[in-house]
This record gives sequence, structure tokens and C-alpha cells, in this order.
Amino acid sequence: MRNYRTPLRRARGLGSAKHGVGSWISERVGAIALVPLTLWAVFGVLRLAGGDYGAAVAWIGQPLNAVLMVLTIAIAFFHMHAGLRVVVEDYIHVTLNKSALLILNLFVCGLSAALAIFSILKVALGGAA
Amino acid sequence: MVQLTLPKNSQVKKGRHFPAPEGATRVKTFKIYRYDPEEPENPHWDTYDVDVDACGPMVLDVLIHIKSTVDSTLAFRRSCREGVCGSCAMNIGGRNTLACTHGWAEIPGKDCQVSPLPSMPVLKDLIPDLTLFYAQYASIEPWLHTDTPEPQKEWIQSPEDREKLDGLYECILCACCTTSCPSYWWNGEKYLGPATLLQAYRWLVDSRDEATGERLDALEDPFKLYRCHTIMNCAQVCPKGLNPAKAIAEVKKLLVERVV
Repeated sequence: MRNYRTPLRRARGLGSAKHGVGSWISERVGAIALVPLTLWAVFGVLRLAGGDYGAAVAWIGQPLNAVLMVLTIAIAFFHMHAGLRVVVEDYIHVTLNKSALLILNLFVCGLSAALAIFSILKVALGGAA
Repeated sequence: MVQLTLPKNSQVKKGRHFPAPEGATRVKTFKIYRYDPEEPENPHWDTYDVDVDACGPMVLDVLIHIKSTVDSTLAFRRSCREGVCGSCAMNIGGRNTLACTHGWAEIPGKDCQVSPLPSMPVLKDLIPDLTLFYAQYASIEPWLHTDTPEPQKEWIQSPEDREKLDGLYECILCACCTTSCPSYWWNGEKYLGPATLLQAYRWLVDSRDEATGERLDALEDPFKLYRCHTIMNCAQVCPKGLNPAKAIAEVKKLLVERVV
């Protein structure tokens, strides 16, 4: 089909969304936060590796450990969501597929984060048998 | 989805071979992309065995030699032959550059592959359709925006402020950077690309321009600006040695500065 749109019309497209700096900042701040949190989590898990189940439950029961673990999980999934979102936006161009994948990404990351956080809280608050 | 294979009518076939003339002293083979919109055939690779001792030192010299002595049907753009106009931008040995400033001796190996700038529609042979590229450049309104009444003589700028345009004003819009950018390959319709964004920054840092806010508004967009993932191909290929990736980073910094 011949279209008579001018090149400038095509280049301007739908115009600027006038947002993006917020996502840009939060991606980077999240990444910065994950550096110490991941180091802490790896160190913590290594320390627990030698211990038994009770030691692990007691460790998670410490308020600081529980809170840091929740933050690690929440920010990691937030970061994963942001990263996958960029991948979908980069490579998927059919609006319906793109929207479906963006929603799927949100739901999978959201559900995973919620399950993980609930599990940590359950152990930390003494619900674990 | 991303298209990983070329459509059937775009697949590049093997083409004709032009042997070196008798008595050639030093032969280099140039494998050149050929496409004629008036023929039903697919694009193809023609190979030319060129006596490089009969040519000047640059790839453009070889192309002109081929066109004038071997095969006059070869189509390519060229004008200034000294890296000022940007017309002869093409992909040489797998790298976007200007044919007029790239020596054929710099290309390793016996063969040299020459094709049009990647990702753009091809009009003929080595000539890409840069309409969208130029329209994207026009879309950032690359001229001085002011509300203050025009001074009688001129808009004055301090030497320090003028220095901020160094590394930006030298851009010749050859499109080497933009067409080397994978982000532009996938989202060229929405992402402005490195050349246009470098020019956008050129007007953002211009001390005389009064529309910085509006310019930033127009750029703040997940696609127009933020498709840049600092892949850095742009800075690697720029034949003028500029760094569009850095200019884009500066635009992102200005946007942050505006909100924090």
C-alpha cells in the first residue's frame, strides 16, 4: 500500500512519552543496592552451609537478616522485571505480543517476589515447623 | 519478532566475476553488493579482481576505478573525496566507514567486502535510502531556538561555551554510527539513533539556545532516547572520531539533573 505520509511525520511518530528518566534512575539505584545486598546474601548462605536446619531458621529469624533478605528478593525481582522489560521492548514489535509478554513478565516477577517474600516472613515470624 | 533470516527476495546470491586485466602487478579482490531495483533478480555479490597499483590509496579510488574502467553500472554516492561530505559512507570489510578516507591497504586479507550501510533500504548497489535518517535529524529541530529578540549583530558566546561544541559540531551526518547500532536495527522507527542524538545534545549544550527544557521534553522517551544501551558501536565506527555514546550519556545526565 502506498502511503503519503511525509518522512517527518514518520520520524516524529506518536511524539515523546515524556517519561523514562524515572525508570532509568530506578534501574541504576536498584543495581547499586543489589551490590552490597548480594554480597551479604552470598556470605550469609555460605555461613549457613555448614549448619543444620535449626541454625538456618534461627538466622532468618534475626530481624536484620529477615529484612535484608526481603529487600534482596524484592529488589532482585524488581531488577529482573526491569531488565526483561527492556528485552521485550527491544525485540518484540507486534503490539499484541509485546503487551502480552510485558504483562506476563510483570505477573511472573510479581508472583515470584511475593511468594519468596511470604516464605521468608513465614520462617522469620516462626511459622516454619 | 526479530527477523533472523532475510526474506527470499533479499537473499544475496553469487554474482559475476571480473578478472584482473592482463599484466596486473598487484591484485586485490573486491566483493561488492549489487542490487538493481529495475531487475527482478535478487541482490548479488559481484567480485572484481582489481589491479590496485592502478588505483589511488583509498577504497573510493578503487570504486571509481571499477566504475570508469571495468563496470560502469556500479552505483555509489561520492562527492568531496576527503571525509567532509559523508556521501560515501558504506560498510567496508564489515565496518561502516567512509570509502574516501579508508585505505584499501588497511583491510586485512586478500579480499575486501563492500556493502551498503546496514539496516537501511537499498535503492541501488551501494546507495541506501536515508530518508528516515534525515527526517529523524530534522525532528530534533537542529537550529537555534530563542525567545529573546534577536540582537542587532549576533548571539555572543564565550570561548569556553564554544568549546563545549567541540566533538559535536564536526558530525557530517554520514550515518555510519546510526546504521551500525543494533538498537537502531531493531527499533529504527522509534529510536532516534546515535547521530541524531549527538546533534540533539549539540543544541542542548549550546549556550545561546533557549529551548533546553522543550528539547529535553521531546527526547525523554523510552524509545527515542532510552533505547541506547551503550553498545558503543557508534563510537567505534565514527570516521570523524566522535563519540555519540558519550553525547547520549550527557543527555541522560541532563534529564537526571532536571529531576534531582
